Amino acid sequence: MKPTPRGPLPFDEVVRRHGATVLRVCRAVLGPGADADDAWSETFLAALRAWPAAPAAPAADPAAAVTDRRRRARPGADPDSTPDPGPDPAVADVGRPPVDNVEAWLVRIAHRKAIDVIRARARRPVASAPPSASDVGVAGPDGDPTSDVWPAVARLPDRQRLAVAYHWFGGLPHTETAQLTGSTPAAVRRAAADGLAALRRVLSDDPASSRPPGARS
Amino acid sequence: MITTSPGGDPAGHDPTRRSAAEAEWASSFPVPSDHLTALRHRLARRAEAEGDLDIAYRTVDSPIGPLLLAATDQGLLRVAFAGEGFDDVLQVLADRVSARILAAPSRTDPVARQLDEYFAGRRRAFDVRLDRRLSAGFRAAVQRLLPGIDYGHTVSYAEMAERAGSPRAVRAVGTACATNPLPIVVPCHRVLRADGSLGGYLGGPDSKRYLLALERATAEKGSR
Repeated sequence: MKPTPRGPLPFDEVVRRHGATVLRVCRAVLGPGADADDAWSETFLAALRAWPAAPAAPAADPAAAVTDRRRRARPGADPDSTPDPGPDPAVADVGRPPVDNVEAWLVRIAHRKAIDVIRARARRPVASAPPSASDVGVAGPDGDPTSDVWPAVARLPDRQRLAVAYHWFGGLPHTETAQLTGSTPAAVRRAAADGLAALRRVLSDDPASSRPPGARS
Repeated sequence: MITTSPGGDPAGHDPTRRSAAEAEWASSFPVPSDHLTALRHRLARRAEAEGDLDIAYRTVDSPIGPLLLAATDQGLLRVAFAGEGFDDVLQVLADRVSARILAAPSRTDPVARQLDEYFAGRRRAFDVRLDRRLSAGFRAAVQRLLPGIDYGHTVSYAEMAERAGSPRAVRAVGTACATNPLPIVVPCHRVLRADGSLGGYLGGPDSKRYLLALERATAEKGSR
């Protein structure tokens, strides 16, 4: 077979490579339960919709797909008048997938999906209900012997927790974490360092967990 | 403006980015692999239900090694042998058809079941919809004729060229068989050299020999 130019990765490979990172970010932002699972799913669904299909691929059900995407598009969003067959509303939603650093793109989507989950949580009738447990049917965090690290993350003050989520877990630079969280790079830098130090204290009491870098001395 | 002070971050480098060691530290925050697997399955089900999944694939075990099965909503798109490298096969599908690919077994349940029956000697022909878009022209024409070769029988490349209406295109028939994107299901293994030797096969000569022996044995059993 003729070698074809190497295009975008099969999306399954994207999920395999970055699924764990995105779940860590979601858990740090939302707690290790069903909310984090939902944000994870919404993140990868949105990314999949923006992921390129080859032009020759016919849509599964074009009419249904268009209706579905219109429903998702913001009201008043400018319908693209160019003949570009790409899923414009999907791309408008999350931005076009980058050629490199797909992970940072996914982390930015996860941030937006986490906000959606928090808003939905606020609209629930019993707003003070504790976060529900994971419902994907396998051992949730409770079944994990090292799961006490997640409650430790959840106990961090918000600024530190978000800085840990997007910088330490998500790998975003401080400038971008600051943009996402409405803070300044200097404040994010401080919060990330403080959050890291707090987690180190918890983790150093817990021999089952790995040591953070620099904790050898 | 980013202010930096020495020694604030654990590694002595650009403090606005993580080092590899720090990224590894993040991995000590557990996300159990079976939990991620369950999330991936749920994602595939939702993507499929909402029409966002262009190619669903799975792998199955067989007596000639693991096989990759990939399908669009039009039908079975690709059957691949482990020797081809499943990652490479998926990349080619991403380049040529769509990169919206996820592991999702249900779409290929029927062909997986029929392959089990075939390898158990209980099935002689496959009854699944095929998406033939990976082939074009003469190759596609030859491949469409392959199911016309009866189970347990073989023909030569030259005879296939005759059947395709181009008796001199023996080499092109060989290429058509060698590039069959749907091996086993579309039985290119039933085409041999004129002297009876095997000729090439995407799954390797041992696989071709195995399939022919399986069919011969089953056909003889059935005729007794």
